[in-house]
Amino acid sequence: MPTREKVIFEYSQPGRGASDQWPHYVGVAPLADLPAKLRRSAAPELPEVGELEAVRHFTRLSQLNFSIDTHFYPLGSCTMKYNPRACNQYAMLPQFLARHPLAPESHGQGFLACMYELQEMLKEVTGMQGVALSPMAGAHGEFAGVAMIRAYHRARGDLKRNEIIVPEAAHGTNPATATMCGCVVREIPVNAAGDVDLAALKAAVGPNTAGIMLTNPSTLGVFERGIEEVARVVHDAGGLLYYDGANLNAILGKVRPGDMGFDCLHMNLHKTFSTPHGGGGPGAGAVGVAARLAPFLPLPVVDREGERYRWLTESEMPQSIGRLSAFMGNAGVLLRAYIYMRLLGRDGMRAVGEYATLNANYLLKRLRDAGFEAAYPERRAGHEFIVTLRRQAREFNVTAMDFAKRLLDLGFHAPTTYFPLIVPECLLIEPTETESREMLDAFVAAMSQILEEARQEPERVRSAPHTMPVRRLDDVRAARHLDLTWTPTTQH
Amino acid sequence: MAFIPHTEADVAAMLAAIGARSIEDLFAEIPPSLRVSSLAGVPEELNEMEIGRLMSERAAQDGTPLSFLGAGAYEHHIPAAVWAITTRGEFYSAYTPYQAEASQGTLQTTYEFQTMIARLTGMEVANASMYDGASATAEAALMAVRANRKSKSARILVPTTLHPHYRRVAVAMASNQGLRFEELPYCTVEGVTLPASLGKYAGEDVTALLIQQPNFFGRLEDVDALTDWAHERGTLVIAVVNPTSLALLKPPGGWGSRGADIAVGEGQPLGVPLSSGGPYFGFMTTRMEYVRQMPGRIVGRTLDTTGREGFTLTLQAREQHIRRAKATSNICTNQGLLMTAATIYLSLMGPQGLTRTAAASHARSRELVAALVRTPGVRLAFSGPCFHEAVLLLDRPVAPVLKALAARGILGGLDLAPYYPELGPALLVCATETKTAADLERYRASLSEAMQAARAA
Repeated sequence: MPTREKVIFEYSQPGRGASDQWPHYVGVAPLADLPAKLRRSAAPELPEVGELEAVRHFTRLSQLNFSIDTHFYPLGSCTMKYNPRACNQYAMLPQFLARHPLAPESHGQGFLACMYELQEMLKEVTGMQGVALSPMAGAHGEFAGVAMIRAYHRARGDLKRNEIIVPEAAHGTNPATATMCGCVVREIPVNAAGDVDLAALKAAVGPNTAGIMLTNPSTLGVFERGIEEVARVVHDAGGLLYYDGANLNAILGKVRPGDMGFDCLHMNLHKTFSTPHGGGGPGAGAVGVAARLAPFLPLPVVDREGERYRWLTESEMPQSIGRLSAFMGNAGVLLRAYIYMRLLGRDGMRAVGEYATLNANYLLKRLRDAGFEAAYPERRAGHEFIVTLRRQAREFNVTAMDFAKRLLDLGFHAPTTYFPLIVPECLLIEPTETESREMLDAFVAAMSQILEEARQEPERVRSAPHTMPVRRLDDVRAARHLDLTWTPTTQH
Repeated sequence: MAFIPHTEADVAAMLAAIGARSIEDLFAEIPPSLRVSSLAGVPEELNEMEIGRLMSERAAQDGTPLSFLGAGAYEHHIPAAVWAITTRGEFYSAYTPYQAEASQGTLQTTYEFQTMIARLTGMEVANASMYDGASATAEAALMAVRANRKSKSARILVPTTLHPHYRRVAVAMASNQGLRFEELPYCTVEGVTLPASLGKYAGEDVTALLIQQPNFFGRLEDVDALTDWAHERGTLVIAVVNPTSLALLKPPGGWGSRGADIAVGEGQPLGVPLSSGGPYFGFMTTRMEYVRQMPGRIVGRTLDTTGREGFTLTLQAREQHIRRAKATSNICTNQGLLMTAATIYLSLMGPQGLTRTAAASHARSRELVAALVRTPGVRLAFSGPCFHEAVLLLDRPVAPVLKALAARGILGGLDLAPYYPELGPALLVCATETKTAADLERYRASLSEAMQAARAA
């Protein structure tokens, strides 16, 4: 890989610039009516570089990244599947890009038709009765979901219910969301087989229970076999069930959260429905609800009347939890998800869950054959699974993090490390359905090589990576000597 | 099957390795009663050619009207290079940069972004983006409650000149944690928040004051007086700003004698297409002393084991994956790709380009207003300076006029009746550097016709 690229400000020369991009016309005395005390005294210190310099700089920076388009990226819980180029190209048609969010419905029937059909397809694949598309990421969808659960209880005058139950292995966003919604978090354990501890659940529920947040398959990569009993216990106690859609890819077309008893969910369209992760976003966290929560959906929602599509108004949804975005949420992401779903069709949806599960179980079996230990060896993997390196850590003093870094040298993005927190020295591995058998075999070969290195020359693994643009970075220094913006005098 | 590379031989070999008879066997742990038999509501698959045809037809249906809409989303020129590079697979299809050594491109771009946004706002530190300007505003209110340790009230003063959707998002996202948002009235003559209207809060505990500059009407608030009023009484100031305007207007870091404490805004004007409302990105900046209260990802520069500089996510102890229920926010995925686009945009525009863009937008909007108020029955709502949008008052309801304009292929602005009924028939119009003199004349002539037709009817 290329090595270090200068910071763009280091290319800057006073007076240089991509002048072709600048407006010619700036009016006659355009600033005369802006009072001096409201004006900026000096132009902002942005870089002054030519267009080619900027293009080279950012192209080189891009080349310092691993990505799905360049590398196998088996990051557990993140569903790093192929992002079809068609989804990008057709979501970026000029009319879609130019459409203002407040443009009238008369100039948005094509866009709104896509949004309406997306809502309908998402209802079908989740078994829900209502869908709203505006939450902009998984955590934003979680917020919408828990806020709806709270609003539901309040609307019934059931004001005490402010406890959200989460399994201890849950994604960090679950408890953080509960807090953002003003709820109290109660964590419950999972049993040795990876299922929710039903006795602990029964002890935790009560008149204060607002609901439970669950991922299924769980963050441990296994299907929650007691889900029907979990639903019964929570519902009998007056609580609702929230489905964290992070792992929906595992069951797409095979089982639907609505049929399992969930009342509410978010879908990570940037996972299951293949919109790009963009180096940290944008995502889209559409929410789905059972009928009793439908009045509380966040706005905006698209409706159809005859052949016309329109937004539902606030007066038509007086119990809505309100707006969570300035406009429509991540509309361009929603278009990409729509295109992806149409490309797959109903048979393709089923194939996603099937082949994601096939790939995960194959990879797990091959890794076990190669000497790696499964965290839940008696269980069938969902679309992902956990390998624990506790034995290697003990025998060779080589950690899961060391394995992860060495994988980078061998051309593989690392799996998720040290999550979930309850499994020591773990790697959470999610191959997705879009990887070939050959790629999975190559990953097994790389893991086997690292295992052999851990035996023969462990320092090579412990000091990895060796071939990346940088070696391991000093995170403690980063937090202690905060260097968050570039200045000409910044010295190390 | 779309995007699945397996041959029948692959499947057979893989099942044999697993020791399963069929793919169906792999789902044996799922209770049979829960299995779904069909997804009748999902259509049959299309191939790429077919979806291309469908999407092109849908896009054509929406057309490309001449738009004078602003209200928080602005049409600006976007250099071709911005999205050519942003959609490179290495940026487009990467994940959050948890493995720093394999993500230096995204991390360094974020560091450069943080630097540019801090400089543009005149603030000390910036994060790596929020969802949009509205959610960033809500998060800023939550952050202010954490940062203002002397205040116990969790009361946030919100001028009604703040974007109405932002006000609603703030209530939806923050009131569950006990924040109280109290609306400040505006002067209906000047269209701004009057510092005198704050007198009733004398001696009361107020956690933070939100100030949008330019405000929703495009008018410029007296930010120095408002900021100093707040700081004199221990109230923090949250600035909500338009990034393009900051090339001309005093940055929040320079408001009043101490500067704003938190500055947020909608990043869309910086190289992000309008795209029906998203994906956009929110930016968020603050003083260094409050950095540990800031939500979202932050990138720092550090050294590797050989002493070379590199970039990494830092201060992660604020975040949900470490702190869980005690995190500053639940935000995880942000708007990284849009931040990347903005960083490239700002590099291509530079100080001169951004200043010229702001000046041209300001000039065109003044010319638009001057042209439209020549029409009988149209006048300017507020006296005093604006930036790139303004409110017009009509002598008749706005909605039918806008409908007549839309029939002529012109989106004439935003009808304020649902938001500010007290103004009567009011229309928010915007023009940026993308509009030519001919565009303005076309709008003027069409408005004149539409008003005449309405009068005759």
